[in-house]
Amino acid sequence: MKTETTEGIEGRGQAATSEALLHQTRVVCDHRGVLFLPDYRTLVVSDLHLEKGSSFARRGMFLPPYDTAATLKRLCALVEEYAPRTVISLGDSFHDTDGPARLIEPFRSQLADLASGREWFWITGNHDPHPPGGLPGETFTELRIAGLIFRHEPQENAEPGEVAGHLHPCAKIVARGRGLRRRCFASDGARMILPAFGSLTGSLNVLDRAYAKLFAWERFTAHMMGGTRMFAVPRTLLYPG
Amino acid sequence: MTKLLAIEPQSLTPARLPEPFVKWFAKRGWAPRAHQIELLARAQGGESMLLIAPTGAGKTLAGFLPSLVELTERPKRKPGEPQHGIHTLYISPLKALATDIERNLSKPVDEMGLAVTIETRTGDTPSHKRARQKLRPPDILLTTPEQLALMIAQPDAARFFADLRFVVFDELHALVTNKRGHLLSLGLARLRKYAPGLQTVGLSATVSDPAELQRWLVPQAPLGSESGLITVDGGAKPTIEILESKERVPWAGHTARYAMAEVYQAIRDHKTTLLFVNTRSQAEMLFQELWRANDDNLPIALHHGSLDVGQRRRVEAAMQRNELRAIVATSTLDLGIDWGDVDLVVCVGAPKGASRLAQRIGRSNHRMDEPSKAILVPANRFEVMECRAAVEANYLGAQDTPPLIAGGLDVLCQHILGCACAAPFDPDELLAELRTAAPYAELSEQDFARAVDFVATGGYSLRVYERYAKIKRTADGLWRITHPRIAQQYRLNVGTIIDSAMLNVRYAKAGMSGRAGAMLGQVEEFFAETLSPGDTFLFAGKVLRFEGLRESDCIVSNAQNSDAQVPYFGGSKFPLSTYLAAVVRRMLADPKRWSELPDQVSDWLRIQKRKSALPKPGELLVETFPRANRFYMVAYPFEGRLAHQTLGMLLTRRLQRANLKPLGFVATDYALAIWAARDLGEAFSWDDTALDELFSEDMLGEDLEDWLADSYLLKRTFRQCAVIAGLIDRRHPGKEKSGRQVTVSADLVFDVLRTHEPDHILMQATRTDAATGLLDIRRLNEMLNRIRGKTVHKPLRAVSPLALPIMLEIGRERVNYDTEDESLAQDADDLIAEALGTG
Repeated sequence: MKTETTEGIEGRGQAATSEALLHQTRVVCDHRGVLFLPDYRTLVVSDLHLEKGSSFARRGMFLPPYDTAATLKRLCALVEEYAPRTVISLGDSFHDTDGPARLIEPFRSQLADLASGREWFWITGNHDPHPPGGLPGETFTELRIAGLIFRHEPQENAEPGEVAGHLHPCAKIVARGRGLRRRCFASDGARMILPAFGSLTGSLNVLDRAYAKLFAWERFTAHMMGGTRMFAVPRTLLYPG
Repeated sequence: MTKLLAIEPQSLTPARLPEPFVKWFAKRGWAPRAHQIELLARAQGGESMLLIAPTGAGKTLAGFLPSLVELTERPKRKPGEPQHGIHTLYISPLKALATDIERNLSKPVDEMGLAVTIETRTGDTPSHKRARQKLRPPDILLTTPEQLALMIAQPDAARFFADLRFVVFDELHALVTNKRGHLLSLGLARLRKYAPGLQTVGLSATVSDPAELQRWLVPQAPLGSESGLITVDGGAKPTIEILESKERVPWAGHTARYAMAEVYQAIRDHKTTLLFVNTRSQAEMLFQELWRANDDNLPIALHHGSLDVGQRRRVEAAMQRNELRAIVATSTLDLGIDWGDVDLVVCVGAPKGASRLAQRIGRSNHRMDEPSKAILVPANRFEVMECRAAVEANYLGAQDTPPLIAGGLDVLCQHILGCACAAPFDPDELLAELRTAAPYAELSEQDFARAVDFVATGGYSLRVYERYAKIKRTADGLWRITHPRIAQQYRLNVGTIIDSAMLNVRYAKAGMSGRAGAMLGQVEEFFAETLSPGDTFLFAGKVLRFEGLRESDCIVSNAQNSDAQVPYFGGSKFPLSTYLAAVVRRMLADPKRWSELPDQVSDWLRIQKRKSALPKPGELLVETFPRANRFYMVAYPFEGRLAHQTLGMLLTRRLQRANLKPLGFVATDYALAIWAARDLGEAFSWDDTALDELFSEDMLGEDLEDWLADSYLLKRTFRQCAVIAGLIDRRHPGKEKSGRQVTVSADLVFDVLRTHEPDHILMQATRTDAATGLLDIRRLNEMLNRIRGKTVHKPLRAVSPLALPIMLEIGRERVNYDTEDESLAQDADDLIAEALGTG
């Protein structure tokens, strides 16, 4: 299977979005952490982990209770900008199974507004294996659009065209003794793993062994998210940690 | 002879010294020393006491004498009477010290045949022994601040400590300076509640303001109460020399490699030499260099905190057996134990503070009446002046230990939860108790209420966590924990020592790739992260080749060649003290005093005077000059590296706003250099007020806030506060979090709080820490005040002699002030060009 990226030399490390070909489908990686499929007007977002703060609070760790608000605010801005026909939330949309029940107003209405006038798909994840009760949208374990298959956890030996989340990829480069670590879209052209979008989510370096069997590493690119633009960095320049 | 100060014989009732003690002293041909008797008498009169004495003055025995005498006089327990509780608690900053004291104290106790039980309790004490200690407490328990925090949070703490009579604090000057001291002071306040009659004894080295420690030892009710004070004079003045090297003293650097032959000769000429340096990497370097020179194969050892415990113990044991000729060490506290006859102390690199120098010299010569001997080896020319200033300060007996800081709010939060774990508390009573601790004497009702609120539900203005509260106020008005699990979790998070994430340094196992072999010690994760496979560095006295990271291991092999890329920690851990800085500034301004300096240094200053200028006292000299397509400015505030670093961050922001295109800066203890793409000299000459405006104090307002928002240092400070306060777990039962994971979530929490709740109690705690800690804003503020309207601009055509040292540092360490994103762009592009362009 042959894959290639469309970005030319002049486009590398310069654009606010980074365009790539994923199994013959055009995808756009946005530096704010969402994936857009222009030909299908579909916006994909992964690992929202809504209500993570309250989930920890239940166990006595009082993380700031502002994560849901912050995450939804960023998502609203992006939905408004891209005006997608379809939105896919790629699993772990809530931090735990009680998350949807703990979701309070105005966030419920905010989600309803977001979903109105478009298709809204929840993909189940390990944190949220059931449909979010009382919220708009349809729930699936997997979804296919064109040559792409959307699921939460990437599978070893998956057919090409997989779009997944779950691992919260980030990448690190080191220059002049200084490490820079950023969330990233991880892809080898056949598969793409999306960064976590949620405000209180951590991240895992793409060189961790969890990714080892998922990519053809000689074709691997980390599309790192900068504050205002994307940076496409090949495997050879990446550092662990 | 021991000389006593502050003694008023008429006010003293004579000490009661029972028969076994008198006999024991007599049998050895000794007499109790005057300060030992005075301390005993005043303690027997009911006073709490601070004893300031040099090493070798019999401080430890003095500290325990009141306890031992009282225990001897105590009536025997009759059958059927309840067990006695703990009588005396001894608290030291080091586990090793507690163990050492157990040995040293047991000896006289056995010899006198006293029926006194002495035990230690540290993190290493097995659980069955702890359980037994609870059932049958020893008379004297030797422990650490962290263990005390654990013990007072136990539900049976009140009973356990009910009989407590004395608390002895060893190395009090070292215990009180940080958050560990804050927690300990709160622990002491709690002990007083359990045992209202208890007395304290503090043992300390010389400090600049003993009254601070005297207040620390007694309840601050009424405010300002002080313990008694006994000061034992240091005896003979030490002999301190600055090494007059025949070699050229380098302009910059911290290794003092030039003087190795002379240092080695000094070791050969003495019985046992103790060599102090300021950082671990310097220790590694010095050790390596000494062995390179060690043609006689003298036993020279290395001792610092990152080495494997087993290795440290072996060195300590060899030290006690007098088998070593020299030991390279980083701080006196690393060596808080007794050792053999050290007859020479060598300080390599300037001592950075007058009190620090005094404490280091105090480690030599345990016979008080003979002068201690020390040699200072400056590593560069500025350090020559600093050493001269330190010698002068030592001669005058000047002390420059920093003033104590107010108690941290994060520590307060931790302690409040601990109190609730022990028993339900009444908020008014608890506040009154907390205020008896000196660092919290001025705690406001409002801050206390916020701390309680934080412990209960996180202290957020959005009150959504009520139903998950850790502590709740019940109908009786008392706060209590909501579930026993809370106490369990608390115990796992006790303490204020937050290690930066450490990696184990291990050898790669030969022939078995993927398996790790023998452990050598630990390095900080951030250091390991900057290494690439194949890099070499000095560690544990060896040159190691970095092979890779594997989970929490840093895998290494022995390097074939002997050159190492040394870990660089920016020169010195301790910033130059304010006192020494002032002396150096005066020295610089007064050519009459240059005769005290070696010729090569005074010549350097003379050329500087001719080519540029020397700042008068109170002035800030700023030189500007072009060099290799860049424009430099070098300022000489002499305020220590941390304050200079903060200043550099703030000035570059201002220069950026003035469109002068700053590119980077570097800070040392003495100076700050900034380079830019635009001509800074011209900009300052154009407008007389430009320089004054650049250095105006209002940079500590908005500019500081702006910069702090992104500062890595502030995030690191926040992480420590968050862990200490209990927002983020140090570890979960059963699963240890790696430092990396903690870092990530703390940073996220920081970002969220900054946006949504910038006045949160933890943000307040973080800002307070930043003022005195890594950012040293307080000192910067004082400097900006001092030099207001007194900046002197000297436009030059080329680098000046005074600027040379810092210009040489530029190659080693630099901070790009760019926002991370810009450097991500630049670095990524450079790297990509490098990798793709030439490949």
